[in-house]
Amino acid sequence: MAERVERPVLDVSRLPTVGFGSRSITWWGIMGMMAIEGTVFVLMIASYFYLHSRNSEWPPHRNPPDLLWGTVNLVLFLISVVPSEWYRRRARKGDLRAVQIGLVLVSLFGIGNVIVRYFELWHLNTDWSIDAYGSAVWTLMGLHVLHLLTDLVDTIVLTVIFFTPLVEGKRFQDAEENAAYWYFVVGFWIPIYLVIYWAPRWLHA
Amino acid sequence: MITTTAIESTAELTEQERAQAARLEAVWREPTGFWGWFKAVHHTTIGKRYAVTAFGFFLLAGLLAGGMRLQLAFPEAHILSNDLYNQFFTMHGSTMMFLFAVPMMFEAMSVYLVPLMVGTRNIAFPRLNAYSYYLYLFGGLMFYVAFACNTGADRGWFSYVPLAGPDYGPGKRPDFWAQLITFTEVSGLAVAVETIVTVFKLRAPGMSLNRIPIFVWGQVVVAFMVIFSLPGVVLSSTMLLMDRTCNTQFFNPAAGGDVLLYQHLFWWFGHPEVYIIFIPGAAIISTIVTSFSRRHVFGYLVLVLSLVATGFMAFGLWVHHMFATGIPQIAESYFTAASMVIAIPTGAQVFCWIATIATGKVVLKTPMWWAIGFFFVFIMGGMTGMFVASVPVDLQVHDTYFVVAHFHYVLIGGAVFPLFGAITYWFPKVTGRMLNETLGQLTFWLFFIGFNITFFPMHLVGIRGMPRRVYTYQPNMGWTTLNQVESLGYVLLFLAVCVLLVNVSRSLRSGAIAGPNPWNAGTLEWATSSPPPQYNFLHLPTVNGREALWDAAPNQPIVAGLPDDARSFLITRTLDAEPEGRDEFPGPTIWPFLAAVATSIAFIGSIFTPWGITIGAIPVAITMIGWFWPERQPAQRRRAREIWQSE
Repeated sequence: MAERVERPVLDVSRLPTVGFGSRSITWWGIMGMMAIEGTVFVLMIASYFYLHSRNSEWPPHRNPPDLLWGTVNLVLFLISVVPSEWYRRRARKGDLRAVQIGLVLVSLFGIGNVIVRYFELWHLNTDWSIDAYGSAVWTLMGLHVLHLLTDLVDTIVLTVIFFTPLVEGKRFQDAEENAAYWYFVVGFWIPIYLVIYWAPRWLHA
Repeated sequence: MITTTAIESTAELTEQERAQAARLEAVWREPTGFWGWFKAVHHTTIGKRYAVTAFGFFLLAGLLAGGMRLQLAFPEAHILSNDLYNQFFTMHGSTMMFLFAVPMMFEAMSVYLVPLMVGTRNIAFPRLNAYSYYLYLFGGLMFYVAFACNTGADRGWFSYVPLAGPDYGPGKRPDFWAQLITFTEVSGLAVAVETIVTVFKLRAPGMSLNRIPIFVWGQVVVAFMVIFSLPGVVLSSTMLLMDRTCNTQFFNPAAGGDVLLYQHLFWWFGHPEVYIIFIPGAAIISTIVTSFSRRHVFGYLVLVLSLVATGFMAFGLWVHHMFATGIPQIAESYFTAASMVIAIPTGAQVFCWIATIATGKVVLKTPMWWAIGFFFVFIMGGMTGMFVASVPVDLQVHDTYFVVAHFHYVLIGGAVFPLFGAITYWFPKVTGRMLNETLGQLTFWLFFIGFNITFFPMHLVGIRGMPRRVYTYQPNMGWTTLNQVESLGYVLLFLAVCVLLVNVSRSLRSGAIAGPNPWNAGTLEWATSSPPPQYNFLHLPTVNGREALWDAAPNQPIVAGLPDDARSFLITRTLDAEPEGRDEFPGPTIWPFLAAVATSIAFIGSIFTPWGITIGAIPVAITMIGWFWPERQPAQRRRAREIWQSE
């Protein structure tokens, strides 16, 4: 056999194996999920206003949802961003202790959000089966509950993993991305809160 | 067969390379045996399953079409009852759109080909990929089991309310339809994310944005369209299911609901859907035309921008499906104009293909015949599309066979012709054997002639006023002869598909050995053996031009330095594909299958009770946690070798 000429190589053996943000594959995956779920939220909000345009009275024959619990939850969500951002930044440095503390805190916040959400549901002043307004309010709320619960379960599972010997660079990536997803849940609560609680008041005037 | 590309076959491997191949083989081997089938995660395995399953559904839906053609061949026939006929056309349409066209043109093609074409070893998120396949399979099986139990969907492929709502759609038929949508949309969305991430982050070094194969561009555009359009049908089908099972009032006008909300949400998805099916077809045509004209494609930038422009514009047309619903005239004018505008990027593509063919050295093999057939049929469909984009014409032919003719010309022309070309083109890559050329051309001519005999008369019978979705007609309507011609055309289509199946089964056993690159094509999937090994490429390639193999330098570098004791892959930057990191694909596991089973139980349960979703979510969560729970050994191995990015 003839002597083979060595092909030139592109050596990648020194490239990092742990990268954050757009360097991480799972970060892109999470962004994709957010794009999908964000579109669902946006279309559901559009449906709410479409139904409003088909009704002369909004909300029909009843009071808008009570403001208290929804606003409490909004405040709680906004405060939770502080520990979340703190552990997200520390995750990029591989700070195990900070990430453990941050994840526990954010899990507790999530549990608090779920409890307040329970009270919110009792003060919507409507039922999903009475009319289309009620269906739209409950579906918007239901979509957000679904995301809140999913992210809470995610966060708790990740918290548990962070107290086992299974921690590695990939898990710090997960922690960073978990925080990003939490911002999505928090971020979409702002327009949904405005639609559910304030739109009926403003549209009514 | 000539093989001129500088790719080493196994005979030329050095001792060192043989050892490397053996190591990769050990790491990448798919599990075997009965349980192994449920653990597989390689994109070629899952991609083949998608293709075979989607083709199976194509055959089923084709047989349903045969039933309809038999019924309509004679006036006042009673071969199918009106009720069964309703199920037949709904099952046919829903299957063709949700279980064949999208899963075949997007999921199967993208999953199998995109990772090979961008030069990586698996698709991003391979376990999600396996999960998406099982959901698709289970959704389709559920739909057909319901049909076998006389609960087949019967309200049209879009299941409009109020006909499909709680008042007029008794029983569970529309619920099964709504959940079929849920199954297929989850699988489609999963593959969309995988495709985008694979193309954005896993490309071979050197494959900058302006060197991505057009086929891959097409699949990326489709993936983005899936992400932003499917949420529309997610909502409409969920609202429909909730109106039916938990008494919400979205579509009940008596309680402030509105039936047109359903149509808006459905067509927000439904119109982009047409392009989700067509864009892969157009991208296949660009690929085939390039390979068989023996030159770089003319107007690469125009072709790519046309695909992207089509993707954007497709979101501004949905109301042209609703011209007959009494929407404001200003909206009608806007959507007519928008519908006309979208012909421009498609026209630009056609001119680029013609220029490529006219200035190339055309090799007239079967795939090229399918491309030529595509030009004829699709352009015909595009022409009638211009007709129905105009409101007065649309109102005249709305819900007649003219529309049926139009969308079969665009959908079969835009998807099935390119698909059959693609099957002939990539069959050697997937199986290692060539299809028979004579039988291939016989399939083409039977299909092309049969198609036109079946569908052209539908324009005429539609203009003569025959409505869609009627199970029979009176003998004095003047529709009989045209319907009989159409039914005869179906026989030719049936024969064409039979010849294709014979060709495939014969070639699988005794077709000519293909070798790595039988068409002497330029994209990276041809740089590896046929069928590809489970690690795809012995040496990960680098790229030097738009057609990676045609433009490769004599000593084109290869990638080295990825550990071969794990399923390693290279991460590159989105714009210029410069290497930026390394990572590991997860290996085979049973969890995605278990999660898909749990998800299916929740979806099917929710047809019967809303608790199906709430209680059903618990096993879904458990299986998902099992899926994501890290394994100790790989975690330790990775930790020992970690290199963190420098901030």
